[in-house]
Amino acid sequence: MAADALTEPQAEPSFYDIEDSHHHEAGGSTLLGFWIYLMSDALIFATLFATYGVLSSAYAGGPSPREIFELPLVAVNTALLLTSSITYGFAMIAMQEGKLRGTQLWLVVTGLLGIGFVGIELYEFANLIHEGATPQTSAFLSAFFTLVATHGLHVTFGILWLGVMLVQLGQRGLHPENQRRLMCLSMFWHFLDVVWIGVFTFVYLLGVLR
Amino acid sequence: MNDATQHLDDHGDGPGHFTRRGYLIGFLLSVVLTAVPFWLVMTGALHDAQTTAIVIIAFAVVQILVHTVCFLHVNTRGEGGWTLMAYAFTAVIVLIVIAGSLWIMYHLNSNMMPMPSAETSAQP
Repeated sequence: MAADALTEPQAEPSFYDIEDSHHHEAGGSTLLGFWIYLMSDALIFATLFATYGVLSSAYAGGPSPREIFELPLVAVNTALLLTSSITYGFAMIAMQEGKLRGTQLWLVVTGLLGIGFVGIELYEFANLIHEGATPQTSAFLSAFFTLVATHGLHVTFGILWLGVMLVQLGQRGLHPENQRRLMCLSMFWHFLDVVWIGVFTFVYLLGVLR
Repeated sequence: MNDATQHLDDHGDGPGHFTRRGYLIGFLLSVVLTAVPFWLVMTGALHDAQTTAIVIIAFAVVQILVHTVCFLHVNTRGEGGWTLMAYAFTAVIVLIVIAGSLWIMYHLNSNMMPMPSAETSAQP
């Protein structure tokens, strides 16, 4: 069967013509595929949120959220991540306008804000562990560290991806493949921001309220 | 710059349709939608934990929608509607997973046979 196909003359041009006329369809399927990956990632976060929700009052004699969460720190972190969303948006607009310098500049700003976010989160974790609120202390803290650290790990990988994209942009400029990659990273970055809305509302604000 | 850049400008139907105005509107809305819940919780302005909880959850839902529309650019036209379809499907599953887990585990907890405290503390 395969041999037949090879000998047939019309089997020869059976490739997808992505370069000449169908840029958007080639990029489109990647973007949709990446979107579906993000949706599956949302399900991971949903299970972690559900776990946290179930265990959020299982203190096992350990500290309660009100005793350990520092809302000003969380507010700063939220501000950093929110701002990084709009700076990434500006990078995308610069990309749309074909401005390589502008894209790189805004990506660097976004990356720095992301690093600030992860830094503050690590500082918070270090403080908690120093105070004895380790993941081993109670089911509440296990669920808390798992949920928040999974988000933090996503942001860390987003920053790594940003760094890779900066190298790519420096070497090759704004060619269609890089534009497609930047759009995937855009979705990833904004998706993480959406997850963070859930984290600061359901973990921090409702935790302190309880 | 090149034709691919051009195509992003031409086609308003794909995910490549970004405007500075859209991002700014999204950003301003999300700043308000973030600041108000933090302010409510940190100052205790509503004096009632339950009301505050309902209000900040409502703000979170609205903010997630704002981010979805303004930053993630989910609309009925993107990818022929498949982005929105996948998003809606995921939202339903996420709600089922979270609400279902909380509901089941809450009732499981409250319907447990009360155990003598000696036995409880013997549990690992």
